[in-house]
Amino acid sequence: MTADPLSPLVRTLLEARGRLPGAEVLAGDHAVIRTDASEGDAPYRDRWSHDKVVRSTHGVNCTGSCAWDVYVTDGLITWEHQGTDYPTTGPDSPEYEPRGCPRGASFSWYTYSPGRVRYPYVRGVLLEMYLDARCRTGDPVAAWAEIVESPLKATLYKRARGTGGFVRADWDLAVEIQAAAHVHTIKTYGPDRCVGFTPIPAMSMASFAAGTRFLSLIGGTLLSFYDWYADLPPASPQVWGDQTDVPESADWWNSGYLILWGSNVPVTRTPDAHFLAEVRYKGAKVVAVSPDYAENVTFADDWLAPAPGTDGALAQAMGHVLLTEFFRDRQVPYFEQYVRRFTDAPFLVALEETAEPGVLRPGKFVTAEDVPQVEGALGEHPAFRPVLLDARTDRVVVPPGTLADRWAPEGLGRWNLDLADVEPVTTLHGATHDGAPAQGVAVALPRFDAGDTEGGASITRGVPAVRVGGRLVTTVLDLLMARYGVPRPGLPGTWPTGYDDADDPSTPGWQAAITGVPVEQCVRIAREFTRNAEVTEGRSMILMGAGTNHWFHSDTIYRTFLTLLTLTGCQGVNGGGWAHYVGQEKARPVTGQQHMSFALDWQRPTRHMTSTSFWYVATDQWRYEGFGTDELASPVGRGTAGSPMPRSTMDCLVQASRLGWTPSHPGFDRNPLDLCDEAAAAGRSVPDHVVGELTSGRLRFAVQDPDAPANVPRVLTTWRANLVGNSAKGNEYFIKHLLGASHALRHTEMPPERRPSDVVWRDEAPEGKLDLLTNIDFRMTSSSLFADIVLPAATWYEKQDISTTDMHPYVHALNAAIAPPWQARSDHEAFLLLADKVAELAEHHLGTRTDVIAAPLTTDTPDELAQPHGVVRDWAAGECEPVPGLTMPRLVVIERDYTAIGQKMRAVGPLISTLGTTVKGVTVIPEEAVEHLGRANGLVTEGVAAGRPRLDTAAHLCEAILALSGTTNGTVSLAGFERLQERVGRPLADLAEENAGRRVTFADTLRGPQPVFTSYEWSGSEHGGRRYSPFVINVERDKPWHTLTGRQHFYLDHDWLAELGEQLPVYRPPLDMARHFGDPADAAGRHEAQVTVRYLTPHSKWSIHSQFQDNPYMLALSRGGPTIWLSVADAEAAGIADNDWIEGVNRNGVVVARAVVSHRMPTGTAYMYHSKDRNIDVPRAEASGIRGGTHNALTAILLKPTHLLGGYAQLTYAFNYYGPTGNQRDELTVVRRRSQEVQY
Amino acid sequence: MRVMAQVAMVMNLDKCLGCHTCSVTCKQTWTNRDGVEYAWFNNVETRPGLGYPRGHEDQERWRGGWELDGRGRLRLRSGGRLRRLAHLFANPDLPTLDDYYEPATYDFDTLVTAPADESRIPVARPRSALTGEPMAVTAGPNWDDDLAGSPVHAAADPVLAAMTEQVRLSFEDTFMFHLPRICEHCLNPACVSACPSSAMYKRVEDGIVLVDQDACRGWRMCVSACPYKKVYLNHRTGKAEKCTFCFPRIEAGLPTVCAETCVGRLRYLGLLLYDADRVAEAAAVPAPADLLDAQRSLLLDPSDPEVVAAARRSGIAEDWIDAARRSPVWDLIARYQVALPLHPEYRTLPMVWYVPPLSPVLDATGARGGDDADADDVFHTITGLRIPMEYLAGLFTAGDTDRVAGVLLRLAAMRAHMRRRSVDGSADPALLERVGMSAEDVEAMYRLLAVAKAADRHVVPAAHTERAAELASWASGCSLDGPGGPGMSPTASRGGVVPLTLRRRRPR
Repeated sequence: MTADPLSPLVRTLLEARGRLPGAEVLAGDHAVIRTDASEGDAPYRDRWSHDKVVRSTHGVNCTGSCAWDVYVTDGLITWEHQGTDYPTTGPDSPEYEPRGCPRGASFSWYTYSPGRVRYPYVRGVLLEMYLDARCRTGDPVAAWAEIVESPLKATLYKRARGTGGFVRADWDLAVEIQAAAHVHTIKTYGPDRCVGFTPIPAMSMASFAAGTRFLSLIGGTLLSFYDWYADLPPASPQVWGDQTDVPESADWWNSGYLILWGSNVPVTRTPDAHFLAEVRYKGAKVVAVSPDYAENVTFADDWLAPAPGTDGALAQAMGHVLLTEFFRDRQVPYFEQYVRRFTDAPFLVALEETAEPGVLRPGKFVTAEDVPQVEGALGEHPAFRPVLLDARTDRVVVPPGTLADRWAPEGLGRWNLDLADVEPVTTLHGATHDGAPAQGVAVALPRFDAGDTEGGASITRGVPAVRVGGRLVTTVLDLLMARYGVPRPGLPGTWPTGYDDADDPSTPGWQAAITGVPVEQCVRIAREFTRNAEVTEGRSMILMGAGTNHWFHSDTIYRTFLTLLTLTGCQGVNGGGWAHYVGQEKARPVTGQQHMSFALDWQRPTRHMTSTSFWYVATDQWRYEGFGTDELASPVGRGTAGSPMPRSTMDCLVQASRLGWTPSHPGFDRNPLDLCDEAAAAGRSVPDHVVGELTSGRLRFAVQDPDAPANVPRVLTTWRANLVGNSAKGNEYFIKHLLGASHALRHTEMPPERRPSDVVWRDEAPEGKLDLLTNIDFRMTSSSLFADIVLPAATWYEKQDISTTDMHPYVHALNAAIAPPWQARSDHEAFLLLADKVAELAEHHLGTRTDVIAAPLTTDTPDELAQPHGVVRDWAAGECEPVPGLTMPRLVVIERDYTAIGQKMRAVGPLISTLGTTVKGVTVIPEEAVEHLGRANGLVTEGVAAGRPRLDTAAHLCEAILALSGTTNGTVSLAGFERLQERVGRPLADLAEENAGRRVTFADTLRGPQPVFTSYEWSGSEHGGRRYSPFVINVERDKPWHTLTGRQHFYLDHDWLAELGEQLPVYRPPLDMARHFGDPADAAGRHEAQVTVRYLTPHSKWSIHSQFQDNPYMLALSRGGPTIWLSVADAEAAGIADNDWIEGVNRNGVVVARAVVSHRMPTGTAYMYHSKDRNIDVPRAEASGIRGGTHNALTAILLKPTHLLGGYAQLTYAFNYYGPTGNQRDELTVVRRRSQEVQY
Repeated sequence: MRVMAQVAMVMNLDKCLGCHTCSVTCKQTWTNRDGVEYAWFNNVETRPGLGYPRGHEDQERWRGGWELDGRGRLRLRSGGRLRRLAHLFANPDLPTLDDYYEPATYDFDTLVTAPADESRIPVARPRSALTGEPMAVTAGPNWDDDLAGSPVHAAADPVLAAMTEQVRLSFEDTFMFHLPRICEHCLNPACVSACPSSAMYKRVEDGIVLVDQDACRGWRMCVSACPYKKVYLNHRTGKAEKCTFCFPRIEAGLPTVCAETCVGRLRYLGLLLYDADRVAEAAAVPAPADLLDAQRSLLLDPSDPEVVAAARRSGIAEDWIDAARRSPVWDLIARYQVALPLHPEYRTLPMVWYVPPLSPVLDATGARGGDDADADDVFHTITGLRIPMEYLAGLFTAGDTDRVAGVLLRLAAMRAHMRRRSVDGSADPALLERVGMSAEDVEAMYRLLAVAKAADRHVVPAAHTERAAELASWASGCSLDGPGGPGMSPTASRGGVVPLTLRRRRPR
């Protein structure tokens, strides 16, 4: 048979053609078919052609960690599309593909942007002075010294900051200036005056590590970011002893009920949002809580619109419904057993006398120390063995798993949550002890919604109490019932009359008056949420984020949320619990990341610093303080006479530094290198010398005289960041005091009677403290514009690195689609150059020196046992002895060979093999990993690092991070779990067995996303392919939380928290800013038409998560420049029409923007979406005459003293784990229409 | 029956994030070049709103699409051949730059090169991408994003204006959703029919509508005739350009860029088989509300043996017939009947369909709520939802609210059914009966909408390129009337006729 040469289609057409030349006419003469088209589609075919596709991702401040395919044509990057090759989540679950967002999709524009930093730049005025001095002195360090120590010269170049005039330099020259500044500062003022800021390692770990490793090796100060961004939820360490651990987004799919509370998922978690949309189809209900009709509301079944910052009241009222209906009226077995076993609910709290007879207040946890005949897990540190009552035996018992068991020898094999035969009594209501029935006693509790100050007023409730060890005690749950206003028979005090009672704090009726959410809606959502948790055994979830976390009192807001989740047994359950999503990027290979980043392979520790307190001091915002602890303290606290807190915030910071609670760098008012020399000369140990000098008063902490020239930060390097244009709360304070440039600050300093007593007040606040600001970036942000040196960085498509997130369980690589163009270099290369230059200059100027670090007491170490009961004892006041590491900071001595730092940068140091790695209290000696690295990276052959694995390239660094971590090295994971299970005494190592012997290499990650392994480094499990949910290991394997009781805490008993009335979850309103700082209209000047509004800065739809708003795609799709969103009523009141030029003015500064008027905004609230830098279409402000500011021009640092706590159980410091937040949501501003003729 | 294959798309608006990733990836891939700076083959609109170009749905003004003449015959709304000829040089129905927006660029280089000037911090100012002059940004392709400027823009939404129900644009009553739009690749494309040069064509094998860049003479009649305003003039080349349905990718069996990069995973791509002989008839049913059914009735069941036989007779390859059977688009449009066409009343028979969105309950404390509510009954009835049914009907059913309600009811029933399934494994037959679906169908629909694996969302058979060589070898001769010829084709000049063109491609 002969094959038909024509296909049926062609044959048909040919036949048709026979009927009409060139065309076939279809029925009705409506259409014709022609076959003679030309090739007019060729241009599109040509465009869809490329030479190669390279997998990379974005190392920007974003939790996406999305796989992107970068298309390259003719050696040029053309565009990027999402990679879709994620490992599967299983047949019945949506996949992660595709991940990405419009911000990410437009990134490739930056590669060839006309505004790209292509070469090193130095401001002309500085470069000229430097070259002149260099020529004359012949020495870079001497040249730098000459400039910065000459007030006239220094002022000249500092005042020029931000005003253009950059000239091209080359890398050698720019790095030489940078190195000279470092060496001069180390020598003259101390290494801790050299500072680095770069956020979030997870997004590009090697790039982060390049600079932090350098700074760690020289002894520089490394600034935190998580707390500074106010993304850290302090409630997490408070409640769980855990920085932040959250479910991956695919776990939303397991939920039955989701509340989106302050987290605008479609905008801020764009690649994850589909799981939210999809789980609705599986039957989950979605509730959105948002003051505006935000994008996430479109996915909700119910929209609750509380007034901004009142979320805690709504949550408290929901808790009232929950406790009333599911704990008092009816007992739910699932909730009962969960609360008994996994929370501090049954633990006993002592009740203290107050000034008012017959009224008590909640005091400290009762511990083994307090009770003579206590049973159970006994041994060392009885003050860290809190007790409960055993219903079975009526005895007072220390259960296993309390903090003492974590660190004491007796705790080996006993640090677990197994209650064995013990049946904890959760409520004493109706109970008896020692034959005596519990009696109802009155307790005073604060309420913050009433009263004249932030401290509010008090209300009396009753709790059932029994006598234990001679004191009246009650349980945490009984206190919680009182706090939440759930009446029970026989208890004294005032109680609500019902849900509608609008006067009693905590009812749905009460919250309605505060939040505006109707009573019925509050009750119904509370009931549905709880009922869902009951029938699904914990699959109710709250997605929370910046909207509720960026407030001054975010910790109290969050604790009211966590209470809902914990009482209902949702934590540690797939599909349930908290899902905190703001800035919480998880470096999954955390062990390797931390040890490499902070050079812990060569020396320990690093000078980690809390950014918020650092900037509060360095930018002199402390001089403008509006209120202190006298304002914040609750009337139920000890009050003015007996307050355990200093009155001024700055004094609180000094005390917290002195007691070793919180880091304080720069450390002392003397060069720490000189201090060590003095000790040597005096023949004393360095710690003895320092303690002696401190107690004699000859030596002070630098924070006690922060404006002294010797105590200010001198050299600042920023990379992967936009500090000046983005995250600097109190932007104008930065520009004035830190940088010394033209500013728009309007605020006045605090009057003498408010000033701190422990701190030197200098009449003239310094302007231009900083000698050198270097920014490494590929963009001209405000940080670049105000920098002295700008170095051209490689973009995410031009270098190698790794990235992870907590939103998904994969490790991604960044890879170079092209070589860095022009003179761009990777961060890794930039810091190697700097390290080599510093080492070279050190030959003459530094050599080997001894350094002393005042290191704070550190969490997940026995330091948590330092200060029992959270009682404040200040050695400076003679209340105790100054004992380093116990009552004051540790004093750690480190020898630094400055000539060898280049070599040390390039090798895995020896401490990894001797001390091993330690994360979350688990130490592993990773011999196998070091051996692997030696083979994979090669060995150094000479110098201080001879015989050690090499770290010459970013790829080497990535390999080291992966090899040293349990999430990416099964051998390490197994070893860690084996260590942990010794302490816990329950099997855990089986969790690691499925991946024992497997590893993820850097080469693997270049091929595509690689799933991580279950590891002791985290609290969840990916075992058997399950979705990650935090605390699963705690709940399923009885591993304690890292807290005082080993359980999840409703109750906190530190002195300072008691003083502020925050022992229990409670609603605290937004700060009354007008009361503290005056009517904003006074600072702004009064115009005819203007409105005063709450000023919020939510995350933007049109910037790459938080930074990149300056590309043409995002600008075209938004309004083309900075905007402020206003309600229709506010716009009308101020005579503002849509797209009018407006100004926001308050005491902190000025912004100019265009108005966006919309009915989706609530009246009284304005949004300026986060990350509006001043570099795009910002004219001069009428109010200041200079260029209008960033979104942070209207904010200031408001430091909450309780974020400084330390030295006590889970309230013990670690980097980015605990520290004051850079919150910015309580602010008010005036908004007014300005002249529409704008000047640039 | 003349079976033809059409690549079609369904977008599930109930999953749309309004994120515009599709717009950006499309723009990066296709139109970030001179002449089409302002053109967005894919754009996303916030509804209520004016969309892009502004108010494009106002056909009283733009005269796009088709209408029926006095005798019930289809004719282009922009008028017959004579009217269009008369306006060849001054088309009154053409959007101006103001209706789109003046694209801006910024003098980014200033940030690096600004000389020292103590009085100012460098700033990148907007400049017109067209003239290079400094400009004030007063418009954009997404100007009313998320209800921005709603008192002015949302209030002027033509769909809102056509409603009989009064809608308050107040905070309490706020609603919004997002509507991504690409070319509809209509079965009855008005743009193609209106082209005086016959430069526009609809490909026979997959229905993609394209502009022949060689043949286009820039008359812009397509711009006016397209009621969706999805044909753009490249002001550099003077030729029309439009969404190509990423045909080089489709031919390779890959999804379009917008579909593949859709982070909401809401775009479904697949084949439809339709009866080309009945297109004119379906587009001309008198009552607009009947157009949805007429359009659905054109689509042929790919599992019907007669259809398969006819498809084979029409020369449709076996793997294409198989792909049509696995088509998620067919399932959503015809099997589950949850997808609806955008503005069927334009009579172009659009081939991008939409699943309408659910929304939060409007009055949380009225009909439901209160102490007696059953805490296990968590979902609201669809009658209480915020997005007015009539608004959705104005977009998708030519005003028929019952049809929209029917779809929302099915989505709601799916959620309720699946909740029972996932909480305790139970089922409520009465619930399924109300929407006339079996548990199997509801669960299959759930898998398609929720689990939505890529292989199920995008079923795109690769082109049979071996045929291109065959066709290229077949000389077509030279027709003066054909595209590329000097004159206008006699068929096109009749007005209201749609040329379908078999793609020609030189083998590489």
